[in-house]
Amino acid sequence: METGSPHDAGTADDAQGTPSPAEAPAPDGGVEPVWRALPPGLLTMRRLLLVVWLGLLTLATALVPGLLIGPAWGAFAVLPPALLLWGWVMLERNWRSWRYAERADDLLISRGVLWHEETVVPYGRMQLVEVTSGPVERHFGLASVQLHTAAAATDATIPGLDPAEAERLRDRLTELGEARSAGL
Amino acid sequence: MTAPGVQEDVTGRPPVIERRLHPVTPLRRAWAPVAVLMGWAVHDPDGAQRQLTRLTTTTLLLGLAVLIPAAALYGFLSWWFTHFAVTDSELRVRTGLLFRRTAHIRLERIQAIDVTQPLLARVAGVAKLKLDVIGADKKDELAFLGAGEARALRAELLARAAGFAPETAHEVGEAPSQQMLRVPPGVLAVSLLLTGATWGWLLVAAVALPLLWTATHSLWTVLAAGIPMLGAAGASSVGRFVAEYDWTLGESPDGLRIDHGLLDRAHETVPPGRVQTVRLVEPLLWRRRGWVRVELDVAGSSNSLLLPVAPRAMAESVVARVLPGVVTVPPPEAFSRPPRGARWCVPVWWRGHGLAVTDAVFASRRGLLRRSLSLVPHAKVQSVRLAQGPWQRAHGVADVHVDTGANATVTARLRPAGEAAALLRAQAERSRTGRRDALPDRWMA
Repeated sequence: METGSPHDAGTADDAQGTPSPAEAPAPDGGVEPVWRALPPGLLTMRRLLLVVWLGLLTLATALVPGLLIGPAWGAFAVLPPALLLWGWVMLERNWRSWRYAERADDLLISRGVLWHEETVVPYGRMQLVEVTSGPVERHFGLASVQLHTAAAATDATIPGLDPAEAERLRDRLTELGEARSAGL
Repeated sequence: MTAPGVQEDVTGRPPVIERRLHPVTPLRRAWAPVAVLMGWAVHDPDGAQRQLTRLTTTTLLLGLAVLIPAAALYGFLSWWFTHFAVTDSELRVRTGLLFRRTAHIRLERIQAIDVTQPLLARVAGVAKLKLDVIGADKKDELAFLGAGEARALRAELLARAAGFAPETAHEVGEAPSQQMLRVPPGVLAVSLLLTGATWGWLLVAAVALPLLWTATHSLWTVLAAGIPMLGAAGASSVGRFVAEYDWTLGESPDGLRIDHGLLDRAHETVPPGRVQTVRLVEPLLWRRRGWVRVELDVAGSSNSLLLPVAPRAMAESVVARVLPGVVTVPPPEAFSRPPRGARWCVPVWWRGHGLAVTDAVFASRRGLLRRSLSLVPHAKVQSVRLAQGPWQRAHGVADVHVDTGANATVTARLRPAGEAAALLRAQAERSRTGRRDALPDRWMA
């Protein structure tokens, strides 16, 4: 079933496998995958959306209570800008935390600062690779790649990629998936 | 009505012979209008009584005169327009009166085949045949076939799925089955008496109903509240006894055979290598007797019970034969507990969690009172995830989730952070290499 790569003869406990071109040897002798970060476009898009929505919210909180009840109530309008400042910083932290690595036999996706999550999907288990791009994403020249396996719980999405990179990743994953294909 | 496709004629293959279901099929939906009326009557008893008193003989007869032919016509047409055919590699089901629907089910993708006989079907000598394929619909079950025909069809489908030559597939016949285990009715009855759910519902009823009576003094309210409670208690005791009666587990070259049922008989077949996860569940009251329940997950299948009750040693030997490869259930001392810091994340219950990874399986244990042990063969792992929230990070622990194709996720909770990271990489590697000695989809080929 599994054709595998030439170097998957290692024992099951040999977690790291043999180095491959996609991986660089780490100082401690193990293999640290080559991580790729997301392009800055995603951060720009999310920040812009944040500014637009919170800007509208600021206007609403300033005008509605201010006009209906009294001008003093318009002071609530300072809350959304505070949220904006906090969100501005948080978005960058979140954006920095997203990274992915293509290893010889599996794809690694790591994300989240407070709620950290790391997903490993062996190429042979991929059923479908999907590239999606919504209208806002398209405007910013972004696309997301989503991997599906037979398990619905597999949550492997890489958002905010450059469309060219997304297509390269899709083609490469599909190619590797075919070579190592295994069913359920 | 047999309509061989053009394609088969061109390639010189024998034409596809389409068959119809058993002629009693139209009657299967005859109870539906009655059930709707009954459901309405139970839902709103006062309204039903008012309507009944208003009903005159003429309207009643008129209603029946319309309803019965309509139901009969619907049943007849849906039977007339349903066909199925077995080809070399597929089961084709063509159905639908207004909305035509054709399903081609690939036989090597079969995850399980069930032949079930509800009580009335047993009287009529017919059976339902259901194929479990990922994404298959409830509509694709063949209901009803003659009992003998269903068995023959199952044998033929399994032979074709196993990879026997198409010419001989319908002559292979049923693979010999060897009985592994049979659950005695006495043991089943005792095990159900020792299950908490029944007593819980009875207790709730015993407390809530007198309270309701003193509060409202309305018989209808008490009945409306009491019947569902007693129903739930009945379903978890008598209902389960009837469904799990005479539970027989067999092994054959075509995989596992599970036969059970007192009134409704079910015969399930799970071909080799289809089991994704296995769970050994040990309710608190069963522990003194050393009994466990064994549950399994098969992709696309709704069956989830392998053994309703069995002594632990026997259950472990069954699990070892059910899972692919050389599997042994890790002994309790093989499980490593979460570190002490975990007690701030999950108070008290942190002690119940445990993890053991062997060459063949990923085993995760949880629960203190009702213990549950989940096993996933490495070859069945679809993806591995590590998750760590802020509170868990502060205490240096993380969760590792292992996803399988049956949409069952097994979680090793509260592992030390460093170990979890190493486990994530190691498990992905084992998932990849564990597949190499797996059986092919066509197990006899």
